[in-house]
Amino acid sequence: MEFYWLLGIPLAGGVFLALWGNRGSAPEINAGFSFLTLLAAAALTARVIAQGPMELSDGWFFVDSFNVFLVALTAFVAFTTSLFSRPYMRIEKEHGRLNDARLRLYHASYQIFIAAMLLALTTNNMGILWVSMEGATLATVLLVSLYRTPAALEAAWKYFILCGVGIAQALFGTVLLYFAAEKVLGAGGGALLWTHLNAVKAQLEPTVLQLAFVFLLVGYGTKVGLAPLHSWLPDAHAEGPTPVSAVLSGLLLNVALYAVMRSKVLVDGALGTSMAGNLMMGFGLLSVVLAAFLIKRQTDVKRMFAYSSIEHMGLVTFAFGMGGPVASFAGLLHMTMHSLTKSAIFFAVGHATQKAGTQLMDGIRGLIKTNPTIGWGLMLGTIAILGVPPFGVFASEFLIITTAMHEHAWATPFLLIALGVAFASVFGKVQPMVFGETELPQLPHQPALAPVFLHLALVLMLGLFIPPYLAEWYRQAAHLLGG
Amino acid sequence: MATTYPLQIVNLLAAILLLISFAMLSQRRVVGLVTLFAWQGAALASSTAIIAWSTGQHHLYYSAGLTLLLKVIAMPWFFYRLVRKLDINRDVEPMLNNTATMLIGIALVIFAFNLALPISQMAGTVTRSTLGVAMACVLLAFLMMITRTKALPQVIGFLAMENGLFFAATSATYGMPLVVELGVALDVLVGVFVLGIFFFQIRETFDSLDLKHMEKLREK
Repeated sequence: MEFYWLLGIPLAGGVFLALWGNRGSAPEINAGFSFLTLLAAAALTARVIAQGPMELSDGWFFVDSFNVFLVALTAFVAFTTSLFSRPYMRIEKEHGRLNDARLRLYHASYQIFIAAMLLALTTNNMGILWVSMEGATLATVLLVSLYRTPAALEAAWKYFILCGVGIAQALFGTVLLYFAAEKVLGAGGGALLWTHLNAVKAQLEPTVLQLAFVFLLVGYGTKVGLAPLHSWLPDAHAEGPTPVSAVLSGLLLNVALYAVMRSKVLVDGALGTSMAGNLMMGFGLLSVVLAAFLIKRQTDVKRMFAYSSIEHMGLVTFAFGMGGPVASFAGLLHMTMHSLTKSAIFFAVGHATQKAGTQLMDGIRGLIKTNPTIGWGLMLGTIAILGVPPFGVFASEFLIITTAMHEHAWATPFLLIALGVAFASVFGKVQPMVFGETELPQLPHQPALAPVFLHLALVLMLGLFIPPYLAEWYRQAAHLLGG
Repeated sequence: MATTYPLQIVNLLAAILLLISFAMLSQRRVVGLVTLFAWQGAALASSTAIIAWSTGQHHLYYSAGLTLLLKVIAMPWFFYRLVRKLDINRDVEPMLNNTATMLIGIALVIFAFNLALPISQMAGTVTRSTLGVAMACVLLAFLMMITRTKALPQVIGFLAMENGLFFAATSATYGMPLVVELGVALDVLVGVFVLGIFFFQIRETFDSLDLKHMEKLREK
């Protein structure tokens, strides 16, 4: 039952907010729907922990420890982002960058976007997975162009076309997958159900599946932001409103990677080689290295953190590519840490740019003087994302790098140099933004910084101590990924 | 064999699809492109219907109907309206000249047939020989997207690519499961709707639908 609530609430929220319009309480209603979604996700998670993996509605939906963990994470970050967006969007309206019509579009699309991601995570059908991934893209195109500035329109257009072309490759991959599956499972809807495919994966035609995986990886990889298919990502993150950057970076990239992982499990079973893993390691490593060096050249703060997202998603892809229990565990942990930390950073950055009236880092100075909470939020978030102990990112990066040393020693210097370069450039740029002199005015509404510190506290806690049930949960999920 | 005649018609329609793809590559006017796109949809819908009839795959009738409704009637009508409203029916100058584009196109077709060969040998469908054509359509549409600088031709290229994918699915596996096809159709419909809104936004801000104005966001 809680499962239908999980999909139904955000969908109903989207329709309701589209009809309700931007009355004074729309931001609170948006947060309310997100909170109900979070409750449904928590109930579903509790049930999966108690009863193990389950199929719902005659196998149309499927929940196991891998996707329920992402469902919980998605619902949680969606809720905190909706809290953050309340004062943020009010300030944007006061600054004259948004009007009621655009805020109505924003609130409705936000809920639809969450619904599409939750559908992508829980569906058992690889075809519906594709449909809902595309749906999530479409729901956010008009959000990226919300400010209607030339740069925002250009970013949204790029996002639409590049992700459209990418996802078309994934559709072809899905067609090939169905082609291989149909021989074993017979025609009809059942042949695309992941649980059915997983049961017969050893009998699937290897050559077709190999080709299918290449298309699926390139297609969904475009959405993960893997280099060299990443060029939409920094633009969309920099030009869209900050709550949208936070959910794109913290959630959508994860969901796209989830789609790649589901495909990888099937291909590994059919091929019995590490071809899929090697491809993922290659793309992942390239993304880490390229993004780290591009971070150095950024002048726009949101662009810089967008490149940092490419770097971290590359790292997760690399970890999943290595496979094995430790690397998969580390990959899952890093996915969680990155979502929580990066969205917290975007929350702090959002208020900082509103205060300074610019996204250029040269214009943002001395946050700690005029608004210490924003300043500390940004500083702690930056320290956390750079992998400084005791934050959780350190734990997952440490696990990834030590596994790489054991199994793929050749990759270690690339990873270490890239992480070092990223550390030096990000820290060097954030430091004067937080400290330093400033004359900037206060914000008209009290900024919502509780989500920032809530996220960072979670990241800190997971860095110091992972509760045993959570560790067990990650271990199960890692096992499902072929660990 | 009872399926010979329908099969030949499907092959003929596949050839027409490929020809239309080439015609789209060289078409310079936006209205011409929309017309070609409608014809491509018509060829796709009729080939799907014929395959449905000759093989008894009834769910393909629905796909054929959907294609007819969306890609032959609704979208071309919408695009004609857009062209008229936004007054964008001028010559589209591609980034490459026609001869070069055509030569690259021919190379792509050869590549597509080579790529499709191992898969079509494995396919159990009577229409498997057309898989190469479908792949070629996808690649040609992709080429069109790359060589055009205006917004509407890029979108038509994108939709032509989707046509090619659809044809590939039909010829390799008699189409995807119905629920997936419905979902894809819904996405395409919503996508075109979003684009309609988007065009007006671009137009309002830039006074033109030329994407050359939209090359500011680059790595410095």
